[in-house]
Amino acid sequence: MSGLGEGFTSGRTALVAYLMAGYPNLETSLAAIRAAARGGADIIEFGVPYGDPLADGPVIARAGRAAMQAAADGFGLSEALEVAAAFTRDPGVPAMQAPPIALMTYLNPVMRLGYAETAKRALEAGVAGFIIPDLPADEAGEWLSMSEGLDTVFLVAPTSTSDRLATVGAASSGFVYCVSRTGVTGERSQLPTDLVDLVARVKQNTELPVAVGFGIATPEQARAVGDAADGVVVGSAIVRRQADPVAVEEYVRSLSDALGVDRA
Amino acid sequence: MSEIDSKQQGSDYAVPDERGFFGAYGGRYVPETVVPALRELDAAFREASDDPAFKAEFDSLLADYVGRPSPLYRANRLAKAVGLAEVWLKREDLNHTGAHKINNTLGQCLLAKRMGKKRVIAETGAGQHGVATATAAALFEQECVVFMGVEDIRRQALNVYKMKLLGAEVVPVDEGGGTLADAVTAAMRHWVERVEDTFYVLGSALGPHPYPEIVREFQRVIGDEMIVQFAAKGVELPDAVVACVGGGSNAIGTFYPFLREVPRERLPKLYGAEAAGLGLDTDKHGASIAGGTPGVLHGFYSYLLQDERGNPLEAYSISAGLDYPGIGPEHGYLSDEGLVKYLPVTDAEALEAFALLTQTEGIIPAIESSHALALLPRLASELGPDAHVALTVSGRGDKDMDIVREAGL
Ligand SMILES: Cc1ncc(COP(=O)(O)O)c(C=O)c1O
Repeated sequence: MSGLGEGFTSGRTALVAYLMAGYPNLETSLAAIRAAARGGADIIEFGVPYGDPLADGPVIARAGRAAMQAAADGFGLSEALEVAAAFTRDPGVPAMQAPPIALMTYLNPVMRLGYAETAKRALEAGVAGFIIPDLPADEAGEWLSMSEGLDTVFLVAPTSTSDRLATVGAASSGFVYCVSRTGVTGERSQLPTDLVDLVARVKQNTELPVAVGFGIATPEQARAVGDAADGVVVGSAIVRRQADPVAVEEYVRSLSDALGVDRA
Repeated sequence: MSEIDSKQQGSDYAVPDERGFFGAYGGRYVPETVVPALRELDAAFREASDDPAFKAEFDSLLADYVGRPSPLYRANRLAKAVGLAEVWLKREDLNHTGAHKINNTLGQCLLAKRMGKKRVIAETGAGQHGVATATAAALFEQECVVFMGVEDIRRQALNVYKMKLLGAEVVPVDEGGGTLADAVTAAMRHWVERVEDTFYVLGSALGPHPYPEIVREFQRVIGDEMIVQFAAKGVELPDAVVACVGGGSNAIGTFYPFLREVPRERLPKLYGAEAAGLGLDTDKHGASIAGGTPGVLHGFYSYLLQDERGNPLEAYSISAGLDYPGIGPEHGYLSDEGLVKYLPVTDAEALEAFALLTQTEGIIPAIESSHALALLPRLASELGPDAHVALTVSGRGDKDMDIVREAGL
């Protein structure tokens, strides 16, 4: 099993594809991440449905709610780990090309399952790391001490001061997730004009690859962001197509093509 | 007891730590986007706390605008009816805008003004915090946006109208159950988006650090005054002090000065009344300590009503102000330490207490405050008929007329 850093070794800007676990149901979400892998995603970010998705816009929030309702007994972190395990066992692409998978989960499901238990099950499932949007680096000591072998990606934002960038850069592993703008996830027609400066500031404060997310919805936007960043994260625009794995594969391929196909 | 010797003999109560933890509870579990704003808020709050001019302006507003000190009233007919020797009511219901909430919103809006923020947002349940924020914003010429669940807009139509009259925009929140928790989420989301020019006026002793500490500081005037008022009347401190607990701001404002200033051996027994809704044996209640487990919601770690996957559950209470699935982190700490006992009170018990205070004393309390009142007969059996009890009447009942009428009173 490889770390999330593997996703950045293809020689071009990495494509991080966000999909919602359990949406529209367990089987289709597994088919959809396999489709994203076939389409050329370098990293899968697999969202865990949660009842109070503070950082998410309408598309992802709605998908999470639908996932929880679709399963007769509910759907959460444990179930997402099972789907992730099925994916790492059989990613649907040759093992060499299989993208590492990270779970994007809010903190409380992790606390509820327990830090140690979550880490143990994630390692067993072949998950490479975690992105926990409501766990800032300052509060992460206990989680980091109990999640050895897993990467933890922390987020930086346009509001982050340089000392914050340094703190977050030092705490992160795998990559640093740079939020393109204040606010929640969701597609936007315009990306912020100062994004290039922001990415440059982040890169000054970390050795890790920097991936930019929030608001990227089209191949053109992905390419524009890719000029500045080491990776781009696309979420809502994929989740909107997630009920149809064929559409996911096509769309991810269009993003992947826009970022250049010179893969190792 | 004079203020001087109470300080000298005071206890060593000193939470939170500088990271905002009350024991295990509290902290700052929020998206990175707002971490810098919370650090800025923390610095501004500490600077303001050290500035005598800030304190002087706040105190003068509390006196001349809110009408403080609020009376400490000896309720003899109520005492007799519940079987206690003495009951003292701390009359936050007599404040301008009708509840304790105004203490906090004046403090926070002053802080916003000091930080140069001309736009404030707030969440509200019963509408009391929304009205109090809209009031302070009108006073300080701030733009004001209040998030309120659609169910609460229905339950508290009068307060919605008041907020609009005061110039605030009320944003209906149609997520989840359309109650307080959904309004907090909506306000936080909005804050994440508009953090650069917007000050979030949080309405209870909860949320990410430093909010629980800020709200406590602006509400501690309740307990501070009680200690001084008992001394001025030449009356011993009571055997017990009671307040209702939604997020916990009127309760911590009441308890904190006692915890800090009164030596442990003389500390009154402290009681918090949680909303038990239709009963703890149903899934319709808001009693986070009696019926919840620790977890993170809205940026802090404390007792929480949650399912086995860690999703927050919908709370329920007849009172919109107590209809919240969590509780401020300091209350989680105080419960674990055994310093405060939190007891559940059902809708029916609260309604009965509402009627009792109204009929014995001619005081119509908020349905939230009625939860605290409902503990009095229980305290009479626990502490005996000679006991003296003080209780914070957090607000007045004008806003609840439709609810109690619907309930058949
Ligand atoms: C009159 C009154 N009392 C109590 C509360 C509960 O809040 P807290 O626990 O923060 O005092 C409210 C909240 O709206 C209220 O309006």
